[in-house]
Amino acid sequence: MSFDAAYKKQAFKSVGTRPLRPDGVDKVTGRARYGADFNMPGQLVARVLRSPHAHARIKRIDTARAEAVRGVKAIITAADLPDLTNGDAALFAILDNCMARTKARYDGHAVAAVAAIDEKAAKEALGLIEVDYEVLPHVVDVDAAMQPDAPILDETVFTTGVEPAPKAPSNVANRSEFGHGDIEAGFAQADIIVERSFKTEQAHQGYIEPHACVASCNPDGTADLWVCTQGHFVYRQNCADLLGLEVSKLRVTSSEIGGGFGGKTHVWAEPVALALSRKAGRPVKLVMSREEVFRASGPTSATSIDVKIGARKDGKITAASATLRYTNGPYGDMWAELGAMTSFACYDLENVKTVGFEVLVNRPKVSAYRAPSAPMAAFAVESAIDELAQEIGMDAVELRIQNAASEGTRSSYGPVYGPIGIGPTLEAAKAHPHMSAPLGRNQGRGMACGFWFNFGGQTCTDLNINSDGTVTLAVGTVDVGGSRASLSLIAAEELGIDYQDIKAVIADTATLGYNDMTDGSRGTFSSSMATISAARNAIEVMRKRAALTWDIPLEDVQWKDGHAHAAGTKYGNLAPLSVKDIAAKSGNTGGPIAGHSELVADGAGVSFATHICDVEVDPETGSTRVVRYTVIQDAGKAVHPSYVEGQYQGGAAQGIGWALNEEYVYGDDGRLQNPGFLDYRIPVCSDLPMIDTQILEIPNPNHPYGVRGVGETSIVPPLAAIANAVSNAVGVRMAHIPMSPPRILSALNRKTGS
Amino acid sequence: MTSIAVSTTINDDDVEFLCQPDETLLDVLRNRLGLMGAKEGCGTGDCGACSTIMDGRVVCSCLVLGAEAQGRTIETIEGLANGSELHPLQSKFIEHAALQCGICTPGFLMAAKALLDKNPDPTEEEIRYWLAGNLCRCTGYDKIVRAVQAAATEMRGESA
Repeated sequence: MSFDAAYKKQAFKSVGTRPLRPDGVDKVTGRARYGADFNMPGQLVARVLRSPHAHARIKRIDTARAEAVRGVKAIITAADLPDLTNGDAALFAILDNCMARTKARYDGHAVAAVAAIDEKAAKEALGLIEVDYEVLPHVVDVDAAMQPDAPILDETVFTTGVEPAPKAPSNVANRSEFGHGDIEAGFAQADIIVERSFKTEQAHQGYIEPHACVASCNPDGTADLWVCTQGHFVYRQNCADLLGLEVSKLRVTSSEIGGGFGGKTHVWAEPVALALSRKAGRPVKLVMSREEVFRASGPTSATSIDVKIGARKDGKITAASATLRYTNGPYGDMWAELGAMTSFACYDLENVKTVGFEVLVNRPKVSAYRAPSAPMAAFAVESAIDELAQEIGMDAVELRIQNAASEGTRSSYGPVYGPIGIGPTLEAAKAHPHMSAPLGRNQGRGMACGFWFNFGGQTCTDLNINSDGTVTLAVGTVDVGGSRASLSLIAAEELGIDYQDIKAVIADTATLGYNDMTDGSRGTFSSSMATISAARNAIEVMRKRAALTWDIPLEDVQWKDGHAHAAGTKYGNLAPLSVKDIAAKSGNTGGPIAGHSELVADGAGVSFATHICDVEVDPETGSTRVVRYTVIQDAGKAVHPSYVEGQYQGGAAQGIGWALNEEYVYGDDGRLQNPGFLDYRIPVCSDLPMIDTQILEIPNPNHPYGVRGVGETSIVPPLAAIANAVSNAVGVRMAHIPMSPPRILSALNRKTGS
Repeated sequence: MTSIAVSTTINDDDVEFLCQPDETLLDVLRNRLGLMGAKEGCGTGDCGACSTIMDGRVVCSCLVLGAEAQGRTIETIEGLANGSELHPLQSKFIEHAALQCGICTPGFLMAAKALLDKNPDPTEEEIRYWLAGNLCRCTGYDKIVRAVQAAATEMRGESA
């Protein structure tokens, strides 16, 4: 049956309510099983040896002494993970990142791994592996890496995206450009131009659960992997490709996931665990330490961004441009490109141009972090817009309203917008009591907007009607923040039955078709679309069963409120059949009843938010407290409002940490100085106020219920909102994130000239 | 190294185990006793995911040696519910959507229990400072604080 995904207005019974989540009891009793909570018979313990150098050629690795340690069952190096990537640069980057091949490219880069009967033997063996390094010059700073005399990370990288193609290798992997109009002409029309450079430091996703897996390769060529991941189907593909396994023979089960935020979207250590298991002939458990998580798994980019915005005195922006330089770690990717695409996405601009540079540095391979690359671009742009408002003498919200994108606007990155929420979130901010609340001494208020694309992607779902009329919903998108509750609400709504009668599970890779991972705020968006489709298919089956039961034509059976109805007065004596009635008879009417769905969930509606923030800055210490925070965001339709609020609050809190504290600190030796939660300090309970939320619902025309993704946009505005608040509090424009006490003190000292 | 024999009380049960002198209580709970509700988020006492209660005090079980459990009374998340009846903190965490991924939840619940055992009517500020040793990266703490407040109200026998 063809599936109509178009939005149709309706009164909801289940969607929009706040029932208890189905995985709640497991999680409050300690029974939920995460990555490290699973064991197999005969399992070995794996440990990874990591480079102490930021950049070094690996001349020789001698494992002989380590192999002699009693209890050691396997040791691997890159030689045990032969290159099967066939010229696929992205896959090669993952392979090289999992285990350094010729060079260690950052402090913490894996160079060898051990599997042993216990941690003690594994650690002893690690200490006996001899690695002969030739230490090379390194570079960790984004601007330094672009200098002509910077050490080159990869002699095979020549900047793409420039004409003519360069003849010399470079640390700039790619240049990208977006925009339209004529910015020079636009700036010529401007009465006021604001031009400023910004920097942001590298932050980590900071999920509390370290990467963990149990890998088991069997002698018959089959393998199992238990792992905490945002996408077990993607992990299956990555691992199968890197180890030369048949996809069907590798079964990946996603554990409960203890946070990911983008950091668990591609493999880090899983191929290593599988290779160890293959060599040892036994299951292997590999759990990263917190230090390893910081040194060797997915931080976001550090950036350096120049912004120029021109406007007329009446507030109309005439031109805007940005140059964005993003660290990628040692491998080229598209992080600056995403920044360049999102920079000005909130605004309706005649003349706009953004240029992104992907910069290679000796830092860990950058991974997605919640609306990847957008927060830094928004920090630069929204700071400049705030400054522009001040120079014009206009209210910061009013200036944004005047220039906000709306339906029909051609976005700065290309597409023309449908119905969008930027205008409504700004109007809501303008009307919000927070905007007019009095401020105390040393306090300042800031606001900022944010955008994220959202993503749909490949999705596959099974909905089984059990013989008692309850429903098992099997989805393939990992539940990172309550999606089993929201998808159960969706199934209940579509079938017309109680939420309590639905049980949603995350199927493993052997029991459901391929699903893209839970990223791009797609979990609830895409799997709800597939769930609606599967439910409609199941309803078709139930209509047929009712027709058979009543012995009437199918077209005379209608589905309404969870029941099959015989339509028309001639069937006046036929009582409607409930799902339970139909399910009870299924054995005699054709067997099990199920609905299946496989689709590409196109049309993820773009997402916008406006945040308001009050801070108090201690002028003596430079310490900053967020004293009030408000998030206003368009959800399209909030399926389970409590978990939508949770996404808003969580993204804001992460942004607050990034804005005020969190940063990777490197020594001159290129080694990470703060790979732990003591020195890389994420916000704690006493750092934050309550975080107020306001959910707007501007239906997404491409989803039957109007749903948009909600997970990521909430981290986009905070850096700028807080920077604007601090700048207003101290009277100095803050252009370097995080605004840690030393940076604020130094700004205050510059102001007073001391 | 020779193992040490330890006799202790965990969740009101008499428990005996052998452990290495350098083995943490967290490793004993998880690897020797099958009590996997306590999580290791850092191993350095910075995240609180392994919080348990020892002789009435919240401890990071990654910073306590297994051998130190000798003769002590230990409470873990597995013992928080009374059979099939959830502790009010557990119920309120679910009702208030105070967890997203849930990895920090056992630690928060044990830390919050220790707070409410000691102070049945904490202010928001007292709750926030008491729980400052427990990291949550998902929620921004708003709903956690509200859940603790609601549980405290219920445990005092007041209506919310």
